[in-house]
Amino acid sequence: MRFFKQLVLAIAALAVVVAYSPQVSAQSGKPIKIGFSMALTGVLGAGGKSALIAMEIWRDDVNKKGGLLGRPVELVYYDDATTPAKVPAIYTKLLNVDKVDLVVSSYGTDVIAPAMPIVMRSGKVFLGLFGLDVNHKFKYDRYFQIMPAGPNPAQDWSRGFFDIAKEKGLKSVAIAGADAEFAQNAVKGARANAKQDGLNIVYDKSFPPSTADFTPILRAIQATNPDIIYFGSYPANSVGIVKAANELGLKAKLVGGGMVGLQFAAIMKNLGPGLNNLVNYDFWVPAKTLKFPGIEEFLKKYQAAAAGKGVDLLGHYLPPWAYAYMQVLGQSVEATKSLDDKKLAEYIHKTTFNTVVGPVKFGKNGEWATSRALMIQFRGIKANNLDQFKMEGTRVVLKPDTVKSGDIMFPYKK
Amino acid sequence: MDASLFLNAIAAGILLGGFYAAVALGLSIVFGQLDIVNIAHPAFIVAGSYLVFALNGGFGLDPVIAGILLMPIFFAVGVFVYRVYYAAFERTGRESLAGLAFFFGLMFVIEVLFIIFYGVDYRLVEADYIGKQIEIGLVGIPWRMLVPFCAALVMTGAIYLFMSRTFLGRAILAVSQDRLALQLMGADPVKIKQIAFGIGIATAALAGALLIMIGPVEPTIGRLYIGRIFAIIVLGGMGSIPGTLVAALIIGLSESIVTTYIGPSWAPTVAFGFLLITLAVRPQGLFGRL
Amino acid sequence: MKISGFWIGIVLVLAAGFVLAGVADNQFLFFAGYVVLQGLIMAVAWNVLGGFTGYVNFGSAGFFAIGAYTAIALHQFAELPLLVLIVIAGIVCGLIGLGTGYLTLRLRGVYFAIATLAMAIVFESLITNWDYVGGSAGAYVITPAEVPFFDSFIEMMFILMLVLSLICVAVSRYLSMSRMGRGLASIRDDETAAECMGVPTLRLKLISTTVMGVMMGVAGAPFPFFVTYINPLSAFDLLIAVNAIAMPMIGGTAVWFGPVIGALLLGTIQQIVTVTISSELNILIVGVVLIGFVALAPRGIVGLFQDFARKRRGGGK
Repeated sequence: MRFFKQLVLAIAALAVVVAYSPQVSAQSGKPIKIGFSMALTGVLGAGGKSALIAMEIWRDDVNKKGGLLGRPVELVYYDDATTPAKVPAIYTKLLNVDKVDLVVSSYGTDVIAPAMPIVMRSGKVFLGLFGLDVNHKFKYDRYFQIMPAGPNPAQDWSRGFFDIAKEKGLKSVAIAGADAEFAQNAVKGARANAKQDGLNIVYDKSFPPSTADFTPILRAIQATNPDIIYFGSYPANSVGIVKAANELGLKAKLVGGGMVGLQFAAIMKNLGPGLNNLVNYDFWVPAKTLKFPGIEEFLKKYQAAAAGKGVDLLGHYLPPWAYAYMQVLGQSVEATKSLDDKKLAEYIHKTTFNTVVGPVKFGKNGEWATSRALMIQFRGIKANNLDQFKMEGTRVVLKPDTVKSGDIMFPYKK
Repeated sequence: MDASLFLNAIAAGILLGGFYAAVALGLSIVFGQLDIVNIAHPAFIVAGSYLVFALNGGFGLDPVIAGILLMPIFFAVGVFVYRVYYAAFERTGRESLAGLAFFFGLMFVIEVLFIIFYGVDYRLVEADYIGKQIEIGLVGIPWRMLVPFCAALVMTGAIYLFMSRTFLGRAILAVSQDRLALQLMGADPVKIKQIAFGIGIATAALAGALLIMIGPVEPTIGRLYIGRIFAIIVLGGMGSIPGTLVAALIIGLSESIVTTYIGPSWAPTVAFGFLLITLAVRPQGLFGRL
Repeated sequence: MKISGFWIGIVLVLAAGFVLAGVADNQFLFFAGYVVLQGLIMAVAWNVLGGFTGYVNFGSAGFFAIGAYTAIALHQFAELPLLVLIVIAGIVCGLIGLGTGYLTLRLRGVYFAIATLAMAIVFESLITNWDYVGGSAGAYVITPAEVPFFDSFIEMMFILMLVLSLICVAVSRYLSMSRMGRGLASIRDDETAAECMGVPTLRLKLISTTVMGVMMGVAGAPFPFFVTYINPLSAFDLLIAVNAIAMPMIGGTAVWFGPVIGALLLGTIQQIVTVTISSELNILIVGVVLIGFVALAPRGIVGLFQDFARKRRGGGK
C-alpha cells in the first residue's frame, strides 16, 4: 500500500511538472505564429494526427526556404480531442494570449463550427480543413475551406455518383446513412440529387454509428430491390457494410457513395478484394490525371514521417489537403507581403493557387468554386497488400470528367 | 422474399445476441455475483481486442485461439485488480461510490494506454473464414458472426457448468448470498471473490477477440457497449448465467427485428426501453431473485 | 454568524466576477471559466442526489443535454431571451428528474444507476431522430456580437454562469444544512433504518432528483449558445457524466462545499492541461487523479483537511 501511494504521488508530481514546463522554441528571429486546434484524440484523432504531420512537413519545407516574409514559421496548436466544447476556449487563447498571427481550423465540421464566432469577431482569415458547409449559417467572407466539395458541398459531394447512375439509366435508389453530422449531410445531398434526377427512392433510413452488424440492414435494403445503393457511413460502419455486402452477395448495379474510411490504408488493406467494383468518393488517388507538382515528394516525406506513429501509412486522403491549406495561406502571405487579414482575404478570393492537390480556386462562400470530389472505383484489388494502392489502376477515377482516368466496370454485381 | 427477410432477421438477431452474451458475461459475474460495478469492463474487452490484433498480425494466430491464449493472462490481471480494489475499498467498506469512481478512472487509463501504444486508428484482424457465409435454405449465415456466436455459447456453457458443478463455482455463488456462512464453512471469501473477478476479466479476452472479428476496433469503442451490457445484465437478473444469455438474445433479436422493419436508428432505443420497463415492472429481471 | 459568513462570501465572489469582467482583457479567462463553472453546477447537482443520499446518477449527461436541447427547441420556435430558456429548461429537466425518480427510486443502489444510464441513451436516440432540433446533423446558433451592459457575449455568459452557480451552491447548502439534509444523510447511511424511524424517504429522494434535474437542465441550457454548434454526440458526451461524478468524489461528497472544491480543482486542471500538454495525457491525468483520490483520500479533499485539522488539534486519533 505504501508503495502504491508513493507511485501515485510520483505520477501526479510528474504530471504537474509536465503540465507547467514551457514549450521551448529554437527558432531565431521573431517567428510568424500560426495557431489552430487539432483533433489529436477522440473520434477523429487518427485523421487529426496525420493532418498535423502534414502541417509540420509544410512548416519545415517553408522554414528550409527561409520562412515567410523572411521570418520563421511556428505552429501553435492544442488538442481539442474532437470535443466541440473545448474549441472556443482554445481559439480565444490562441488569439488573446498566444497572439498568433494567423489561424487555421481543426479537422472536421464538429470542431470547426465552434471556432467560427470567435474567429469572426477577430476578423481573422480562417482556413478550414474538411468542414462540410460550415459557412452556410455564418456567411463569413474570410472563411475558406480546402475540401473540394464545391460551392454547394452537401449536394455536389455525391453529384458524380448520381451522374453515373443517370448515364447508365438507373431508376431506383436506396439510401442509408449513419446518425451523425457528416453522414447525415451527405445523405441529405444524395437525397436531393436523387429527387432532382427523378429517381425512385425505395429505402431511406439512418442507422446508429454504433451498429455492430449490418447484415439485417443490408437484407432490408436488398428486399426493396434497388438499382443503386448510396451509403453515408463512418469508418467502422463502412467496414461492416463492405463485409456484410460480400457475405450475403448484395445485388445492385451501383453501390457506394459517401463511405468514409475506405480511403484509409489499414482499412483498404484489410478489406482487400471485398472492395472491388465499389464506387466511392475520394479526393486524391494515384492517377495520371492527378499528378500535380509536389504531391509525390510530399507523400514520400509523409510516409517516412508516419511510420510507427499509428496513423494512416499512405496519407492519400487527408494529409495532402492539410498541406495544401497551409500552402494557400503561405502563398497569400508571400504574395501580399503582409499579415493583414483584409488583404489576405481579398487575395485568396481572387487567386487560383497552385498546390500539391492541384489548382485551388475558392468561390464566394469560401468553398471550392467548382467541385472536384472524385468518384473512384476499386478494381482488381488483391488480398492483404498495401503497396497495390500506391499503383495507378487499383482506384480508377470515374468522375469528374476533367480528371477521369478510366471507364466504369458495370454493374457492381449481377 | 418476405419470409426470407423475416427468417434472416431472426438469424442475425440470434447471432448478434450470442456475441452480446460473450461481452456481458464477465460483467454479469463481477457485477451480479460480487456486486462490483466494474464500469471498466468494456475497456478490458477492447484491451483483449488489441492484444488479439497484435497476436493475429504478428504471428498469424486465429483470433479465437489468440483470445483463448490470452485468457490466463487476463485472469491474472483480474486477480491483481481485485486485490487492489479489495485493499483500497472493500476492506474499508466504502466500495459502492468510491469503487465506481475507481473503475471509471481505470477505464480512462486503459483507453489512453492503448491510444499511446497503438494510436487512434481502426484495427482489424484477418482469418480465412471472415468474409464467407453458409446458406441454409433461405437463411444466410456469415462465418464472421457464426464463429463469435459459437465461441460465446461454449464459453457461457463452460462457465455455467463451472458455477453449478464445482465446489469453487458454488462457493462463488455462495459468496454473493451469504458471506458469513461461507466463512463458517472454512472458505476465504476474499480468495473466492478474487477468482470470480479473475474469471470475469478472463472472459473479456475472448470477448475482445470476438469484437474485433465482427468489426474494426479503436481504443474508445468500448464505451458504446457500456449501456448495452448493463441492460443485458439487469434484464437477465443480475448474475444469472442462463439469464444473461437469454437477455442477450432478446436484445440482439429486438435490435435486429427493429432494424429490419422499423428503422435501424430506433434499435438502441428499443433495447433500453426494454431495460427501463424491466426496471419499473420487474426489477429482479427475467431470471432474478430479489 | 456562519450564515452571514456564507452570504458575504457569495456577494464577494459575485463582486469579484463583475470586477473581473470589468477589468480583464483576456477573454480566454471567460471561456475557460465558463467551462469550469458549467462543471461546477453539474457537480453540485450530482452531489444533491449522489452525495447526500448515495444514489448514483450515471445519466448526468442526459439531463444536461435535455437542458441544452430544450433551449435549442425553444430558440428555433421563437427567439426567447436566454433567461427564459434557462428557466424553462430547468423546469423540463426538473420534471424529468421527478419522473425518473418515480419510475426508478423504488430500486435500490445500482439499479437506479443503470436506469439513469439507460434513460440517457433513450433520450439520445430521441434527440438524434428529432429533425426539428437538427437531429444527428446538429444545430447552429448564431450569437449576437454585442450585448448590452457587457464588453462581449462571453463575458455575459460567464457572469450568467457565475450567478447560476452561486444559486445552485446556495440551494445545495440549504438542502444539506436543513432538517431535510439530515433526512437525506440518514437515507445514505441506512435507508431501511431511516424509513423505520419515520423519515419520509421517498418524498426526500424525489425532492433530490427534482432539484438535481433542475440544476443540470440549467447548466445545459446556455451550452448551445456557448459552443454555437451542437449535436447529440457533444451534448451527451460521456465526459460530462464522468466529470459530474469525479468532481464531487475528488472534493468530498458528504458536505455541500466538497463538489465546489472538486469542480474548481479538476476543472481548472483540465483547462490548463488542454492548453499546455496537448495530447492523450489529458485523459490519463483525469484517470490517474481520480484513481489516486478515491484510493488514498476516500472523503476527498474535504476529508483530507478534516483529518489534518484533527491531527493538529492533537487528537492523534
